[in-house]
Amino acid sequence: MANGQNMVGRAADATMEWVDARIPATQFYKDHLSNYYASKNLNMWYFFGSLSLLVLVNQLLTGIWLTMHYKPDAALAFASVEYIMRDVPYGWLVRYMHSTGASAFFVVVYLHMWRGIMYGSYRKPRELIWIFGMLIYLALMAEAFLGYVLPWGQMSYWGAQVIVSLFSAIPFIGEGLTEWIRGDYLISDATLNRFFALHVVALPMAILLLVLLHLTALHSVGSNNPDGVEIKANKDENGVPVDGIAFHPYYTVKDMIGVGFFLLIFAFVIFFAPEGGGYFLEHDNFVPADPLVTPALIKPVWYFTPYYAMLRAVPDKLGGVIVMGGAVMILFALPWLDRSNVKSIRYKGVLAKVLYGLFVVSFLVLGWLGGQAGSDTMTFWARVLTIYYFAFFIGMPWWSRWDKTKPVPERVTT
Amino acid sequence: MSSEDVNDGRRRFLTGSFAVVGAAGALGAAIPFIKMWEPSAKAQAAGAPVEVNIGKLEPGQMLTTEWRGRPIWVVNRTPEMLEALGGVRDELRDPDSAVEQQPGYAQNDTRSLKPELLIVIGVCTHLGCSPKFIPEMEPQAFSEEWVGGFFCPCHSSKFDLAGRVFAGVPAPSNLEVPPHSYLDDERIVIGIDPEDAA
Repeated sequence: MANGQNMVGRAADATMEWVDARIPATQFYKDHLSNYYASKNLNMWYFFGSLSLLVLVNQLLTGIWLTMHYKPDAALAFASVEYIMRDVPYGWLVRYMHSTGASAFFVVVYLHMWRGIMYGSYRKPRELIWIFGMLIYLALMAEAFLGYVLPWGQMSYWGAQVIVSLFSAIPFIGEGLTEWIRGDYLISDATLNRFFALHVVALPMAILLLVLLHLTALHSVGSNNPDGVEIKANKDENGVPVDGIAFHPYYTVKDMIGVGFFLLIFAFVIFFAPEGGGYFLEHDNFVPADPLVTPALIKPVWYFTPYYAMLRAVPDKLGGVIVMGGAVMILFALPWLDRSNVKSIRYKGVLAKVLYGLFVVSFLVLGWLGGQAGSDTMTFWARVLTIYYFAFFIGMPWWSRWDKTKPVPERVTT
Repeated sequence: MSSEDVNDGRRRFLTGSFAVVGAAGALGAAIPFIKMWEPSAKAQAAGAPVEVNIGKLEPGQMLTTEWRGRPIWVVNRTPEMLEALGGVRDELRDPDSAVEQQPGYAQNDTRSLKPELLIVIGVCTHLGCSPKFIPEMEPQAFSEEWVGGFFCPCHSSKFDLAGRVFAGVPAPSNLEVPPHSYLDDERIVIGIDPEDAA
């Protein structure tokens, strides 16, 4: 930063000095960018954190712009979305950026979470990073659901109907609770209006706060890496980790490559397949909400389908809701379930690798099953995979210790 | 990777080209967000030209229509009214319509295409009230020598029957003449200049 060569440089230095005496701007830049050291072996899996941030900015910007034309009124909402699509200059683009952005958010977040699971990024001392991340994931699911209700199409309406009805499974208070959530005896204008308020004000603020906590915790303990080796255990005479490189410029430049590839794919979907073949925007949602007619196939958007498959697999209302909620909640306990000697999958044994592989398969197949109309065979497999999903986590304290791990190197490998 | 091996020229080129390409991308991405604030197709349709039939407008009468949410006055002036326009010239702020408050084809003594037919936007150039049409040639509370014109009730601005503002009132300029053209003797279209009319 120091540049005392010319007048402009001297003026810039003087300005920064003035600012730094009042707010630690330069110190902040050093702490979080130029002198924030991350392991030198971060691979492509480490793109998805910064990409989540990029998608978050995309959602906030496009969301604010959509709010300028959208009407949160049961009588006007559907038409106002069509108005945005047809009459507002570039409204179609900004709306598709937002709706595709929602799916993109889950793509990058799921990959980001899987990265954490693979490399044991949730292990001590990074438990809180994982917890904050899980809270972001929860808030994101709520945000996505609420946003999907706003266009007030058939899937908006009946999706809201099904999700809100889940709360009615809770004993004693369930019925009263659902009525309180809806603000009416059915999903109605009152529901739409409050969902709008939550979607555009409350949850975005909560998500921003959680992201701040997630990053503060991360920058306090430092990033994990594909080897799961603590780089801070090995520092040079200046206190810099010998295996660390400055986040800026090394990882900012690397992340730019990820951003480039991401935007390429993102733009392709926005311009050529914005509905994602019915996976990003479901066909039934192009029909205005009708409280008297339920669409033939009710299914959530793809990012909820694994849990939806688990809900349908359980032949009991309350049981189904508990299983579905539990499937998400059990992830919170992950830092304490994993008792392996090593963090990274690189040094885990065959047993763990097989179980992790089956876990990914079960999650993906459940996701596929959740989007299908369902048959007896499918229900059978949904049950098998649901049991595996829970067994994977509940059994983890044991199988992670039985697993024959390999020795972890002192330093990160290249 | 020692610092002596750094090729500064290449690094500057990469940084510079990255900044240029990035700026171009950011600029492109800004376009939809800026464009989205422009009038929508619906607003533009509401702002489309309007047709007015003046077949039943008797001399001395005024009709009001709407174009882009503003009142448009069409006044069929009598020969006496047209004559009175010359008489008030000395009391006006801009008798020759030098300020561009009208299309070129209405920059004349009657501020109109056809002498008898005045077409103006009925919005006071002061603060946007709509003045009153007072065609009677008789003394008024606000003027001893009134020969017909428009009077704004908000801040007492006065205009003659060509929409020209009198001197000594708050309104700074003449009433605006909208683009307009004649489809035939009985039909006017507001919002289209004669040269653009089909």
